[in-house]
Amino acid sequence: MSEITSGLWGLLLHGLWVTVQLTVFSAALGAAVAFAVGLARTHRLWIVRFVSGAYFELFRGTSALVLMIWVFFVVPMTLGWQLVPMWAAVLTLGCTYGAYGSEVVRGAVAAVPQAQREAGVALGFTPVQRLRKIVLPQAWPEMVPPFNNLLIELLKGTALVSVLGVGDITFAAQLVRNATGRSAPVYTVILVMYFVLAFLLTRGMRRVERRAKASVGRLAPAEPSGTAKTGRVRQQDLAGSSSATGGVS
Amino acid sequence: MPADAEPSIPKTAATTSTVDSPAGGPGGPGSRELIRLEQVTKRFGDHTVLDRLDFSVDTGKHVTLIGPSGSGKTTILRLLMTLTKPDEGTITVDGERLFPAPEQQCREVRKKIGMVFQQFNLFPNMTVLRNITEAPVTVLGLSRDEAEDRARELLDLVGLADKCDVRPTQLSGGQQQRVAIARALAMRPQVLLLDEVTSALDPELVAGVLDLLRDIARSTDITMLCVTHEMNFARDISDQVLMFDSGRVIESGPPEKLFGDPDHERTREFLSAVL
Repeated sequence: MSEITSGLWGLLLHGLWVTVQLTVFSAALGAAVAFAVGLARTHRLWIVRFVSGAYFELFRGTSALVLMIWVFFVVPMTLGWQLVPMWAAVLTLGCTYGAYGSEVVRGAVAAVPQAQREAGVALGFTPVQRLRKIVLPQAWPEMVPPFNNLLIELLKGTALVSVLGVGDITFAAQLVRNATGRSAPVYTVILVMYFVLAFLLTRGMRRVERRAKASVGRLAPAEPSGTAKTGRVRQQDLAGSSSATGGVS
Repeated sequence: MPADAEPSIPKTAATTSTVDSPAGGPGGPGSRELIRLEQVTKRFGDHTVLDRLDFSVDTGKHVTLIGPSGSGKTTILRLLMTLTKPDEGTITVDGERLFPAPEQQCREVRKKIGMVFQQFNLFPNMTVLRNITEAPVTVLGLSRDEAEDRARELLDLVGLADKCDVRPTQLSGGQQQRVAIARALAMRPQVLLLDEVTSALDPELVAGVLDLLRDIARSTDITMLCVTHEMNFARDISDQVLMFDSGRVIESGPPEKLFGDPDHERTREFLSAVL
């Protein structure tokens, strides 16, 4: 039994940094996968829809934890090369959460009224131009809230990487517990760490959501904001909120 | 509009050989055939919306399609805009095949055609100005400055010069529809398709939009193909009125004739119901 020394605190802080990195990299890969697979699932060619649909089902139906172990321990045995644990983790998390995200992208794109696409056809836009200028900008505000959920799921999912020996928060906590023999303080601390990270993510995504809604001329959920840029002042005014009372974010 | 309008559309589509009506065919005096549908059939499931339809429209003419709901009027506009494909037949616009045709060619033909929709269909993710400039810049390759000059002129024409920077959602229905008209005109189309453009508007906003369209019909040489339930408007702007029923043109002629002394019993019934 011993106290948590400053060296052990440093370990936890480093773990925090690793978790943040894992979240950012996996989210970036996941977003790329989500858009690629999600759009492929709305493609007019059945084979593209089939392949992307199979990808979605495959990754939805497998455990991220098992998959991560598999990528790290089984793939090297068959292929003869091994990924650094960090990248094996990012690859697994990105592909898994990207699969969930593809459903969000597919749904939001499908929810854009057909009439908007028809207006695009009438103006002579190509399919790619319609997607880029009309469909995706209108689908984006619908994607942000479910993406926020997925992002937080992903953040918590990064704890799985401790099984590969990646030094994230959870792994650091295990080391600290081994060193001190006490579980309660360290696991309480990391619970709070995860919560604070998730809370910050949510705050950030709220801002993204407000901006996205304003970009299609819709009012975002009313919330006091002192950070409105001039371009969005009209929206803020319509919402009836006084920006002088704005809180922190 | 002129009483001497040359009927470029066969009296009835039921007789299939009348496509080349005296003044209509290619090389007709003073006007050129711009749109031509031959033996066009469109089915939705078991329901035949258009039944071996033949008709043509000459350059610069204003043609109005009237008839009961579900008689296939809107489908014709949608076929011309390539929003739907016919099951049989051929469609030609300005000498170029629109159906059957490869996508690349359809894209070229589409540039000649503008369409205004019943529900406006403005893009909510763009300002009013951007709604009008985006296609000229992206599709026609205009510089942004050129496109904006053109857009401001058109906004001036439709009486919304002060609304450049607002979002479509902040406009009334009538204002949105006028922006949609400006957006279609910004592409300088040869043909303007108007699909029940006042049906979704509050009654007090209808007159403004119709007056604007009357202006455009008078002051430009654009070819107009118009589906409407506004019979007075149809009478004012049309060179030719086509009465549709069950996927066929049952009667056509200049508005004076069709509204004044229709030949067909079905036309009389329809007009007495809507006038």
